[in-house]
Amino acid sequence: MADHDMLENVEPLLVAKSLSKSYGRIAACRDVSFSLYPGEVLAIVGESGSGKSTLLQMLSGQLTPSGGEVSYRMRDGITRDLATLGEAERRFLYRTDWGYVHQDPAQGLRMAVSAGANVGERLMAVGWNHYGRIRDTASDWLTRVEIDIARIDDAPRTYSGGMRQRLQIARNLVTEPRLVFMDEPTGGLDVSVQARLLDLVRSLVAELHLAVIIVTHDLAVARLLSHRVMVMKGGRVIETGLTDQVLDDPREPYTQLLVSSILPP
Amino acid sequence: MSPAMTAMIDIADARKTFTMHLQGGIELPVVSGVSFHVNPGECVVLSGPSGAGKSSILKMIFGNYRCDSGRIGIRHRGAVVDLATAEPRQVLNVRRSTIGYVSQFLRAVPRVATIDVVAEPLIVNGLARAEAQARAGELLHRLNIPERLWQLPPATFSGGEQQRVNIARGFISELPILLLDEPTASLDAANRAVVVELVAEKKRQGVAMVAIVHDDEIRHLIADRIVDVTSFAAA
Repeated sequence: MADHDMLENVEPLLVAKSLSKSYGRIAACRDVSFSLYPGEVLAIVGESGSGKSTLLQMLSGQLTPSGGEVSYRMRDGITRDLATLGEAERRFLYRTDWGYVHQDPAQGLRMAVSAGANVGERLMAVGWNHYGRIRDTASDWLTRVEIDIARIDDAPRTYSGGMRQRLQIARNLVTEPRLVFMDEPTGGLDVSVQARLLDLVRSLVAELHLAVIIVTHDLAVARLLSHRVMVMKGGRVIETGLTDQVLDDPREPYTQLLVSSILPP
Repeated sequence: MSPAMTAMIDIADARKTFTMHLQGGIELPVVSGVSFHVNPGECVVLSGPSGAGKSSILKMIFGNYRCDSGRIGIRHRGAVVDLATAEPRQVLNVRRSTIGYVSQFLRAVPRVATIDVVAEPLIVNGLARAEAQARAGELLHRLNIPERLWQLPPATFSGGEQQRVNIARGFISELPILLLDEPTASLDAANRAVVVELVAEKKRQGVAMVAIVHDDEIRHLIADRIVDVTSFAAA
């Protein structure tokens, strides 16, 4: 099948080479290298202070590394070092080809404007100007993330935590990005709400063939969503591999500790 | 022709040990010197007492457990891939188009309807949803899952029903290798007979299978060859 050949021969979308970040003498992240391919979901797991959030910020261009580089294959097929991108190119990436789902939806949404506008805004940023089409597309996306269309004119501050998170996802996906960064996307949610969100994310990721880098401390989230995991401790990647391999057959003492700390379902 | 030329699975001297770091680093040898091959259209049954490492071998063939050494040769789209050293992406590709695994328990995704759980492997491989669902329906019907349950998620089903959903999901694919971990464990006689039939059909299609079956009667019905796992006991 065509899409298999694509999967097997394709070039990486994002490549991290020897990424490091130090704050004075403290090394928050040391020598991280990996490649991410289109449609691949990579989970970065570890506890607070392991360096996973620092790594995510460097990968998404929000934090300048102390050493190493991140390169990204742009929509025109040319791979570029993020550090060499101009301001306009960088903004274009953020608005179109990348998404960023924050743990706290208030950081990723405009809480006082309507849900429809939250989704439509990203389309306008890439040049859409036909009000009817923008509203139709926004409605479409609200439906896809299971938000009742009757709530399209309400501001997200009137939404529940789970709805806000689903709205944030719609806002990110409306421009059909190829890569989405997620920072503890289920962090503040009740367990039942988490399950619904994970299920939704899982099917959208498969349907849209999205590449995702997701930071989580929850191994169940990693198991459900990711193909591959990187386990971080003290700023280093200590173990990496296929998600089910690492979780069912962990090798490193720290990974064994993490896996053995999961409560049985 | 030597087995290596035609075999779908060719395992040579594979070894697996668990190191339990939380228990003072004790080493638990699981298996060593695992060597056998499986040809197309052949069902090899692993035998041996509980704890001999049968499930571990199945998991090594699926790339779920890593090997310490040795080789897990899998014929994948005309070439041989060694799963003991393959990159994660390669393992995923092998699972998508070559190896299916029917585990004892269904790891169900909440909220997904039974018919879609079963149809998913075909959809992933590019078949249209309607056709995939039609084939899923046929299999569910054969395995005696009543149609009124098809739109429900299998999470609330009985153990036997869940296992049959899992079997349908495993057998619906057209993958050339199937691994079966106790596929008949909690089934009644009628459904066990269906599974035996399904295995026979897969053999006629040239599928290579490795199975763990405790029931002697079923084992005799499906096994072309028996590999005694106790001979791979780790020293």
